[in-house]
Amino acid sequence: MISTKLIKGLCKNVLKRTFATEKGEVTALYDFHVQKGGKIVNFGGFMLPVQYSDLSIVNSHLFTRANASLFDVSHMLQTEIRGKNCVEYFETICTADIQGLKNSSGTLTVFTNEKGGILDDLIVTKVSEDQLYVVSNAARKDHDQKHILKALENYKKANPAADIKITFLEPKDRSLLALQGPKAAEALQKLTSTDLSSLYFMTSTVGDVAGVKDCRITRCGYTGEDGFEISIPAEASTKVANALLGSETVKLAGLGARDSLRLEAGLCLYGNDITTETTPVEAALTWLVQKRRRELKNFPGAEVILNQIKDGSAVKRIGIISESGPPARQGAVILSEDEKELGKITSGCPSPSISKNIAMGYVPISHSKVGTKLKLQIRNKLYDAIVSKMPFVPSRYYSAPKK
Amino acid sequence: MSVPRFLIRTTHLVVKQPIFSQYSCRIRPRFLHTSNCAHAARLYTDKHEWVEVRDNGIGIVGISDYAQEALGDVVYAQLPDVNTVLKQKDECGALESVKAASELYSPVSGKVIEKNKEVEDTPSLINSSCYEKGWLFKVELANNDEVKNLMSEVQYKQFLKTQEDH
Repeated sequence: MISTKLIKGLCKNVLKRTFATEKGEVTALYDFHVQKGGKIVNFGGFMLPVQYSDLSIVNSHLFTRANASLFDVSHMLQTEIRGKNCVEYFETICTADIQGLKNSSGTLTVFTNEKGGILDDLIVTKVSEDQLYVVSNAARKDHDQKHILKALENYKKANPAADIKITFLEPKDRSLLALQGPKAAEALQKLTSTDLSSLYFMTSTVGDVAGVKDCRITRCGYTGEDGFEISIPAEASTKVANALLGSETVKLAGLGARDSLRLEAGLCLYGNDITTETTPVEAALTWLVQKRRRELKNFPGAEVILNQIKDGSAVKRIGIISESGPPARQGAVILSEDEKELGKITSGCPSPSISKNIAMGYVPISHSKVGTKLKLQIRNKLYDAIVSKMPFVPSRYYSAPKK
Repeated sequence: MSVPRFLIRTTHLVVKQPIFSQYSCRIRPRFLHTSNCAHAARLYTDKHEWVEVRDNGIGIVGISDYAQEALGDVVYAQLPDVNTVLKQKDECGALESVKAASELYSPVSGKVIEKNKEVEDTPSLINSSCYEKGWLFKVELANNDEVKNLMSEVQYKQFLKTQEDH
């Protein structure tokens, strides 16, 4: 869940001006990044490494798919929600069936508005019946905090007896590290007494890492690989990062590789691929609107979304591959084979893993079937492309065995 | 500051300061591999292209070391076709890396007489050899006076410094 509020719709001239040096917020690992050769950019208000001097983005990307990479994602908004009724309260703003989740397990979900548009995507973990742990996008931080608090106000009006406490964990107090890749579990297991073999995809526990107590270890990530997100007391984050880098199979990676990895994994970038203008159905995220919630029809925008589930939406997010020509970037026009304009690309890059250009975009349902031939307009030239299934690279999550 | 050629189009990278605080200006030995003309000095644009004008009025165009490093691994090079007539500062192609697309602007006016097919096949030559094997295209200059608008190597180094100081 990397995100980008600033950028959507920015024209060239605006971007030129935003190159001005402007110090953003820093995470607890800022000095560590600089010391390790991190090339720092201002990303959604945070000074974070786009890459490190020892590896190009392509090599860092490929290293993650073969070994493991450590990403500082402390800029993301971590929120703790405690109290009886916290599940019922949080379900008023998202589409997940949190009640149906087992304790210590989580799911991807979305905040929606009354029109069914997506306000943000996030991971909610049900620690217990009376405790939730939420991770949402950095670029939506201010919005999400207000949204969560406003929803609590509304919930309390209807349930005056509700006792719910919300804590936003600040980056200066709490760091978040993502360890991603096929060698992630092996590297982390050396440093923790938690048995990772029974910690499956989308489950979470609290344990020690490198002698640091009170780390929340969640088996999840945004690269399509097995991996973990580890929430750590900020003062110990450098210690944990250094310990993880003690494995030869772990290297630091930045925002550059994170973006190409998530795109290969078919995962959405808020601000690009999903916005307030797209519904979960249009975004091919209908699975986020879970069965119990469809029956209860009690989430924001339920009417619009449930109608789309029943009758289909007009447009749909698709994956697109082009074998030759330049990569299509956000804003590139998608055309039909007979050159009628269909929609636009929302994210795109050359895929380091499959050496083809990959992209996501929105087209009418009539042109959304896998295998449909399309054309992409890039700098006034047309290039052949094809609707492809996603993920572009098979996911390798450590899922619980099917019973 | 302004680094117009690095409009990071992939939007997730809102770059508000130079991606790279260090640049290198390696002075490398010159190997003239395309003609017997005398050595000519490289001249630079503020968009980080260079042109080397030979005595025969042919200019060889490429991008600077600073530019290739900021762009990262180049994976696709779109170069102007032979016989294209360009004006100085015309957009005439693009270079693509994983993270960004960067337009190419012609440092001089004239007719394109050759493009570097090796670079089209192996765009990484731009990273590994931006002043030698990674040249982009050759242009027959229409107006020799135009090069007066360009920066010398020393001026360009100075220019990069002012970019960083902002």
